[in-house]
Amino acid sequence: MPESLDPVPEPAGGPLVPPDPAAAPGPGVPQPQLVRSPLSDGEWHRLHPLTPLLRGGLFLIVVIGIVFANLRDRLLYIFLPWLAPGVGDEVVEWEQVGGDPVDFIIANNLYVLAGVAVLAVLIVLVAVFYTSWRFHTFRITDDDVEVRSGILFRTQRRAPLDRVQGVNLTRPMIARLLGMAKLEVVGAGTDANVKLEYLSTANAEAVRADILRLASGRRLAMAAGPAGGPGPRPVGRVASLSQTVGREITGLIEGPEAPVAEVESVVHIPVGRLVASHVLSTSTLGLLFAVVAIVIGVSQGVTWLLLGFVPAIIGFGAYWVRSIVRSLRYSIAPTPDGVRITFGLFTTITEIVPPGRVHAVEVTQGIFWRPAGWWTIRINRLTGRSATDSTTDQFTTVLPVGTASDVDRVLRLLQPSLADEERALILQEGMFGPAEDDTFANTPERAWWIRPLSYRRNGFRLTEDVLLMRRGAVWRKLVILPLARLQSIGLYQGPLDRASRVTNVRAHTVTGPVSPFLAAVDRDTALALFDDVAHGSVRAALTDRTHRWAQDESVAPSTPAPAAASGPEAPAGHGTEPAPTAPSAPVPHPGTVPAPPSSAEPAPASSPAPEDRG
Amino acid sequence: MTNSPEATTPDSSPASTATDGAAEFSRLVEPRSESRLALQSGVWHQISPKYVTVQLISTGSFLAVVIAATLVLTLLMHQIWAWIPGGIMTVILGWTLAILPRQARSIGYQLRDDDLVFRRGILWQRFVAVPYGRMQLIDITHGPLDRGFGIAQLKFVTAAAATGVVIPGLAQSTAETLRDHLVEVAESRRTGL
Repeated sequence: MPESLDPVPEPAGGPLVPPDPAAAPGPGVPQPQLVRSPLSDGEWHRLHPLTPLLRGGLFLIVVIGIVFANLRDRLLYIFLPWLAPGVGDEVVEWEQVGGDPVDFIIANNLYVLAGVAVLAVLIVLVAVFYTSWRFHTFRITDDDVEVRSGILFRTQRRAPLDRVQGVNLTRPMIARLLGMAKLEVVGAGTDANVKLEYLSTANAEAVRADILRLASGRRLAMAAGPAGGPGPRPVGRVASLSQTVGREITGLIEGPEAPVAEVESVVHIPVGRLVASHVLSTSTLGLLFAVVAIVIGVSQGVTWLLLGFVPAIIGFGAYWVRSIVRSLRYSIAPTPDGVRITFGLFTTITEIVPPGRVHAVEVTQGIFWRPAGWWTIRINRLTGRSATDSTTDQFTTVLPVGTASDVDRVLRLLQPSLADEERALILQEGMFGPAEDDTFANTPERAWWIRPLSYRRNGFRLTEDVLLMRRGAVWRKLVILPLARLQSIGLYQGPLDRASRVTNVRAHTVTGPVSPFLAAVDRDTALALFDDVAHGSVRAALTDRTHRWAQDESVAPSTPAPAAASGPEAPAGHGTEPAPTAPSAPVPHPGTVPAPPSSAEPAPASSPAPEDRG
Repeated sequence: MTNSPEATTPDSSPASTATDGAAEFSRLVEPRSESRLALQSGVWHQISPKYVTVQLISTGSFLAVVIAATLVLTLLMHQIWAWIPGGIMTVILGWTLAILPRQARSIGYQLRDDDLVFRRGILWQRFVAVPYGRMQLIDITHGPLDRGFGIAQLKFVTAAAATGVVIPGLAQSTAETLRDHLVEVAESRRTGL
């Protein structure tokens, strides 16, 4: 069941697609060498035909639920005598008390009318879903991704590619079984994402690769033919669907991702560590505290406290299970187009964050994790979601729990511009400091009372590219701010700070879980920092080219021809063998990627899972 | 402070637009302590004294309403409890009015080569430096009272909500010239997010 691969006829779309004189010539069809999916050829395309089913799924379930609730008695009445012959009479009596619509229909002999009504409703529903699917089209051009939808109220949304903050592929359980995925192009702004839901997984991967390739500004000739390739083998739709379901179930059990060549994750989190890290958390402390309070309360005779305890336990369990399941099968790996982060057991989310989209990084270690040496990494980035969206968390925690060397590897991906020795030093001092010869500018002794526990550790360090803020003795934190992303910097001084001749420093970045704030910095040092950061961030921003991260690589070595033919995308291979694919372009920062140069380019749409096309 | 390769625009361009008489405060109010925040160099531009007038009128009339309401409630309707919220609000508003003239004199901005520096506050000082290239948009707002006195408020918006550079009480012509200047400079130093 393919997305309609034929472009939607632009002018002849009849009443469906109103002629759009502005867009008619197309704002630049992507160069055919750059795109691999037939869906990203600059024409309008429709989404997967099963989209209405998945999107309307919830609605359908609600309707079915209502129908069932209404007919429950009726069903009981039909089946109960058959299952338990003795109770028949009681059921009849019970049934006569409350009338339901079915009784009414039976009593008045309205079978035909009822059937027609149900049929009419169904036809209307199907028609509405079908038209809305017909109207929901997207196109991917040289400069932007565009989606139009709506029947009466048309919406058209266009995301410029050089502002793409990431592309994520969500595969909810049900869609996953049907071999479909939701593609989301993350824009810079609140509720600024462009969603393509749903596409078949193979197409979604190819489209994502195309979007990233177009966004990267890469202008090299991709080897081999673009899209198309040999015509897909015709397979019956039912057979195709059952094959898909079978494959996806296998995939669910065995745990492969989409049929692409995967670069090995640089971090592996054992399940034991994941569970232990949740046990050793503040919420556990809260739970213990509550248990103690309740035990004391109950021993004093306040038994109703027990009633409150049960929901609390259930809530806790649910929270734990949810966050552990979410972090299961976590992986983070470098690709030519950015860092790829995957997580989720049932609903898998794969996100690629292009270089330079990370606005702040925070490495944290709570007191309970210190004996185990675990850290967590969160980032500030534009997720395109509103701040209240609970799923934002998933896109900002890039390392749920890891050792110091895991942190090192993840930081290497997130901040490739840092030199290796420098990063090692930063981590050593920033995470574990202060040591003997500390290079951070710390809180002066006279201001110890502002941070009584951590004043020795509380400090900053400015390097060529990043500003580091180290704080917290109990709750160790290290904030890493790339100057190229820093929006502005502020100094704040209250009367008490002034008395100690110190000031607070706050760096302003996009909203997120990381708050780059440092209290009690020496006043003169802070003023120097104020100027240095101002100049440093201007300089860094001038040399920053990450909005078109691969533009300068147009002289990259051309890809050998066999690469595309014997691509890495054998569906059964789980993509683990290093494919002989040459890098489509050098990784933006050579030397930062430990993996062999096996490209993480998703497969050309032509080769994976040909049975996917009917 | 001038290590930019293209240090061509000195910080005087909007200053020339804002010299019509006593359109601005001329003396910056700072904390007395030596430990206060201060920059080594640069010219601070200040806001129009009309801002104080506008704020006095609006806060003063609000205070008058609060006092009137409190008096009506307590004296005529014998609702004794109204003294408490009424009293608290009166004290807060009175204090706001009292510090307003000094506070307005502490607001200032500098147009450096590559960034805008904004300051405000005396007891609680705040300094913010925003590179011009970080500008997402500039907002100019003026309410009816502002229009009557010919002042406007200029807001410099970046991708970070915390930046919070809001310059109130600029003469309207200054605000517009400053906006055009900032947009122009930002355009020439345009960077990503």
